Amino acid sequence: MIVFEHVAAAYGVRDVSAEFPRGTVTGIVGPNGAGKTTLLRLALGLLSLTSGSVVIGDKPLGNWSRTDLAKAVAYLPQGADAHWPVKARELVTLGRLPHRAPFAPVSPADAAAVDAALARADAARFAARRMDELSAGERARVLFARALATGAQALLADEPAAYLDPAHQLQLMELLREEAGRGTAVAVTLHDLSLASRHCDRVIVLDEGAVAASGAPVQALSDATLASVFGIAVERGAGGGVGAIRRL
Amino acid sequence: MDGSLGKTRARLATAVLFAVLAVAFVASFLLGPAQLSAGVLFAGLFDGHGAAGVIAREIRLPRAGLAIVVGAALGASGAALQGLFRNPLAEPGVTGVTSSAGLGAVLAIYFGLTAASTVVLPLFAIAGALASAGILYALSRRGVGAVALVLAGVAIASLTTSLTALALSFAANPYAMADMVTWMLGSLKDRTPDDLYYATPLVVLGIALLLTASRGLDALTLGEDAAASLGIDVGSVRGRVVLGVALATGAATAAAGAVSFVGMVVPHVLRRFYGYEPSKLILPSALGGAVLVTVADVVIRLIAPDGQLLLGVVTAMLGAPFFFWLILRLGRTA
Repeated sequence: MIVFEHVAAAYGVRDVSAEFPRGTVTGIVGPNGAGKTTLLRLALGLLSLTSGSVVIGDKPLGNWSRTDLAKAVAYLPQGADAHWPVKARELVTLGRLPHRAPFAPVSPADAAAVDAALARADAARFAARRMDELSAGERARVLFARALATGAQALLADEPAAYLDPAHQLQLMELLREEAGRGTAVAVTLHDLSLASRHCDRVIVLDEGAVAASGAPVQALSDATLASVFGIAVERGAGGGVGAIRRL
Repeated sequence: MDGSLGKTRARLATAVLFAVLAVAFVASFLLGPAQLSAGVLFAGLFDGHGAAGVIAREIRLPRAGLAIVVGAALGASGAALQGLFRNPLAEPGVTGVTSSAGLGAVLAIYFGLTAASTVVLPLFAIAGALASAGILYALSRRGVGAVALVLAGVAIASLTTSLTALALSFAANPYAMADMVTWMLGSLKDRTPDDLYYATPLVVLGIALLLTASRGLDALTLGEDAAASLGIDVGSVRGRVVLGVALATGAATAAAGAVSFVGMVVPHVLRRFYGYEPSKLILPSALGGAVLVTVADVVIRLIAPDGQLLLGVVTAMLGAPFFFWLILRLGRTA
């Protein structure tokens, strides 16, 4: 579980208090520049706070060692891709780096974790293939498996659904739900409000570096919030989910 | 699974590289302007007596040994730089690291600083290499792309090359022109045992530093933020690669001048045998670089036994067309 309390930092995060409980998919939405990515990077210690606090599990962010934090929090950056066409399995094995002593080879436990991650991400079939031979949807699943292989209890995914076709977007959201079902605290930034309203347990709406609304999707993505933060009006589907969108 | 197949390919490639290196090393030792038989040279090597002893110990062995050390430094540096910049075009020559190391060496020699100690020369070369590697590192931190990085390297290389020429024109030395060409193109001609003794430990230290960064380089395949989220201290990885490359390339350049393209060609060719992970390429690229430089140094002596052909000419003739081909290929995939 990750808790932000009155966090302010560079890159436009002014005052954010938020919780990312275990077993829950929490969607982070907001216009471009609202501070979504910054929020995730703050939780990883990639940026420093100017005020407020971030608590991960049972202790403040600053009390975590680099390696322990890497074991506790997994990160799937935006637009992630492999810079070298390594084999899918080799890429997923990188997720075991925090568990391996310097210069230690891949242990049987590491290999088992990699196999399990590949299976959970539905990527085992093409584990032996090179990244440049895979489709965008397959690469996204391999990168997702890499994040799972860390065995972390929190997973921060930045726009994992971007650049994917609708079927693969839905599959990825289902995979995130499955991870939450295993007790993982999942935080995911999304541009697609429809995906956020249907696949997240909770939604946090960010606007200019502060929380504009949060709670269950129907409440957080209310007509008033959508109008004031995004400048849009939406049609509602079954259960209040976000449907067709028009500009106000 | 294909893992074991991949390992077999890698082992086979390693065995072939060692075999070629052994043959080329012996050939390098046996070749030279003094027409001595193999028997006489080996006898000279072991007893050290007479002209054969001097030629074997003071001329042939340092030259053959330096080819290995210089090649290993350039190959490993190329593999590490490519991993750091995630760019197959990166290598010490193209990024201007060798030419600025050359400038450092020339400054040390022509302003008389080498008189103080023989270690001054490699130290100045390392300082030169460190300066340009640091500039490139700062540029890459600002998110400069693959081709822009190489263009920056071209600018560094032309600046340091002209400064080298400037330094040599001011130096009151009748051989300045000839020396300039040797420093800019690189040569293993007329090396002394001292060159080998000073270069070897520095190159070994540099490569060792690169090896400590190899796991971080693998993680950088995922990008800097993802690597950091895996517990990698990305700043420390960068620092170790820049320092390791400066040590290895600086020491190699102090001994042999600015030899280009070895660090680009070798890792690229070896990827099909060892895979794409940077950690799997550093030591094989050191071995492959040693093979390439030793073979090239043998070939130039076979083509021009009087020593008119310089090592860097051959590596550039091999490397430059390869460079074009890589750029074309990058353009297609990007």
